[in-house]
Amino acid sequence: MSPPPESAWYPVARSDDAAFRHVHQAKLLGRELAVWRADDGFVNVWENRCLHRGVRLSVGMNEGMELKCLYHGWRYANRTGGCTYIPAHPADSPARTICNATFPALERYGLVWTCLDGDIDFAPVDLLEGGGSFPLRALPFAAPPELVRRHLPAGDDHAGEDGTPRWFVQPVDADACVVYGVLTDTPAPDRRIAVLRRHARRLEDLRAEVEEIAATLPRPAPLVAAMEQADVPVDIGGPARTVGGTDQRVVVARKWETAAEVVAFELAPIDEPLPTVQPGAHIDVRLPNGSTRQYSLTNPAGDQARYVIAVKREPDSRGGSIHLHDEVHEGDELVISAPRNNFGLRRDAVETTLIAGGIGITPLLSMAETLAADGLPFVLHCFVRSADHLCFSERLDGLGDAVVRHIGLDPAGTAAQIRRALGAHRVARHVYICGPGPMLDAARRVAGEIGWPDEAVHFEYFANPNEIDRSNGFEISLARSGLTLEVPAGQSILEVLRANGVGLISSCEQGACGTCIVDVIDGDPIHHDVFLNATERAAGDRIVTCVSRSASGRLVLDL
Amino acid sequence: MDASDQRCTDPTVLDLWHPLVAVSEMATDNVERTLLLGFEIMYGTDRDGTRFAVRVDEPDEALPVLDRHGYLWTSLGAPPADVFTIPETAEPDRRTLNAASIKVATSAPRAIENFLDMGHFPYVHTDYLGVEPHTEVAEYRVEIENDELWARDCFFYQPMAAASAVGGQLSEYTYRVPHPYCVMLYKSSPTDPSRSDVIGLFVQAMTQDTIRAHNFLSVIDETSSDTVLRRFQQIIFSQDKPILENQFPTRLPLDPRVETPIRADRSAIVYRRWLTELGLAYAVIPAG
Repeated sequence: MSPPPESAWYPVARSDDAAFRHVHQAKLLGRELAVWRADDGFVNVWENRCLHRGVRLSVGMNEGMELKCLYHGWRYANRTGGCTYIPAHPADSPARTICNATFPALERYGLVWTCLDGDIDFAPVDLLEGGGSFPLRALPFAAPPELVRRHLPAGDDHAGEDGTPRWFVQPVDADACVVYGVLTDTPAPDRRIAVLRRHARRLEDLRAEVEEIAATLPRPAPLVAAMEQADVPVDIGGPARTVGGTDQRVVVARKWETAAEVVAFELAPIDEPLPTVQPGAHIDVRLPNGSTRQYSLTNPAGDQARYVIAVKREPDSRGGSIHLHDEVHEGDELVISAPRNNFGLRRDAVETTLIAGGIGITPLLSMAETLAADGLPFVLHCFVRSADHLCFSERLDGLGDAVVRHIGLDPAGTAAQIRRALGAHRVARHVYICGPGPMLDAARRVAGEIGWPDEAVHFEYFANPNEIDRSNGFEISLARSGLTLEVPAGQSILEVLRANGVGLISSCEQGACGTCIVDVIDGDPIHHDVFLNATERAAGDRIVTCVSRSASGRLVLDL
Repeated sequence: MDASDQRCTDPTVLDLWHPLVAVSEMATDNVERTLLLGFEIMYGTDRDGTRFAVRVDEPDEALPVLDRHGYLWTSLGAPPADVFTIPETAEPDRRTLNAASIKVATSAPRAIENFLDMGHFPYVHTDYLGVEPHTEVAEYRVEIENDELWARDCFFYQPMAAASAVGGQLSEYTYRVPHPYCVMLYKSSPTDPSRSDVIGLFVQAMTQDTIRAHNFLSVIDETSSDTVLRRFQQIIFSQDKPILENQFPTRLPLDPRVETPIRADRSAIVYRRWLTELGLAYAVIPAG
């Protein structure tokens, strides 16, 4: 039995059909495709359907590194097709499961190729591998692909002094196809038009002949392509939670000193492409010495061929940064988690202020480059000890006047500059702050003093500076599973849950990242984390389970 | 106009009243043809002013007709006593008119769902019903009451909410779906904020995949001409039409897993469930 037609590579466009900032519509075996080239050159071949409401993505906008649906402005990342932004809910990070159907794509001989099904390698065409191949004009045929294939010139027919044409058929549907010709050699510039014209005429003659035959045959039924189903549970109860994914291996493709005491790592995938990045996201890096550390991704949305992180040498820390600085080299392998985003970027602000202290630049650089690509107004304030401590200065230079550098200020000077940077709060203005604990505390205090509401002040701590008191014991009751568990002094809620087989995703496990947060149905939490803001703490309806505890004897959790 | 494979056999839909034409656009002593649920229909006005409608394949059996809300309605089954009511139209200072009847290559429920949707305002009706960056869809309420779907407390920032609007406003909408293929919205009138303009979309399902959308308008506006009122609705609908004609599949999938609803889509989620509960099968892809 011959393999199903889906298990083969076909051309679906000429490379120049996939022009920058354009979305090309194609069809293969009855399935519509959106073909678009990102600004990094990568050509995406996706199912031509936004998985929200089924609108063709080919009528959407190619924004450079993301494809934006025309209907509701949902954004999908270059390469993975993962959703990066849902404008109707600007404060929520889209669930990782919201991902378009994508197909493998590659460019050879001036054509874009794809394969709908199966894990098959592209079989190179030996004659064209010389590097001098030249694509001819592509021509649609209103005839069944098999019939057209039988009539295409075989072997060296049509060969001439300008090289031998090879023919490829894109089966569009049962009664339609596109024929692509590629010459083995590129004609001299002064011969090109004549060569193109000669082959186009021959192909047009062939088309007339084949379409005449096709018209005498019974019309075949159109192919019906199966629709990809959305892999998303229907949940209209609350914000989409970023769910955990699996770990994957990466290789250190590049390691360099980006600032004094700061080393940057470029991480390239080994087996699978890297998952979708949302601005503000972080990954867990599993170190060969057994420990795990969190690092923010500096990648803007859609730029995710390789992850870039930065690590500051912290001599007093638990040893993770020293290990990465001294023991991990280019070519070494690391294991990382999928990105998690608890520091999501709203893209509906009239103006966004980004305040970075030292190495806190990492998530904010991702946000700044995303906002710049979207053409949204923002200012990035970088506070550093000295000019040598400014990370990624080339990328900062690329952001031009949107970056303000504050060098060598004392705490009072820093607070004064933050106050000036924030100014009075106006509707639809948001500030994002990341940096060392004291600076972050100061920035939040200043923002509160000059009237910024909690919901406009977004922050991410590197670490939790709070002294965590674990001396009390209490009971937790799990509303969904009906379990009641004892949390003794010295143990966290998270540890007790895990010991009893209740899986919960966590990351930093020190109350900084917010990954292990759970809804509280009843009881009175004592918050030891630095993730929730004052309003959220006062509401008492969520708890960061790795550090926080209960003032009441019993805490009822939505688990 | 062969649409015999599109002929409706779904009793839920056959028994409904369906709009055919704006009465103001009917001439005396004249017969027109259209499609309804895959059947060819002849309708018109006799010399004595009586309205009528018949199936072309059964010309001797008169179909029931009603003249309501400015439209001629008919049914191919056993319809209820009357079309749903719109109490506001009784107010003497209101202007009620048909803004346009437009053919669209989509299904009736897709058109209804688009009408219920606020999230697309900044993208599809840019500078009219929405504008970036004001894209957030706040929480709103949806209930089924007396066999109608109601969505309330719907707030959205609109740069130019109506023909009579001057500048942007935070508009409050109430949506009402009194019929599987008919939808209305109530929004505060720019000329009298204490009262509501009523805008409706009454869909004539010509086939499962083609519709005529009758744009109903009942507004409080003493100054704008009919042409200005109509043109505003026509601009808005002409922005929706290319979206509707680029949705795949054309028929509305009722299985919630086929597409990806979010909180902002609460009205669509409830609408799809409601259609499932009604057992409606025409112009939809029924769940599992």
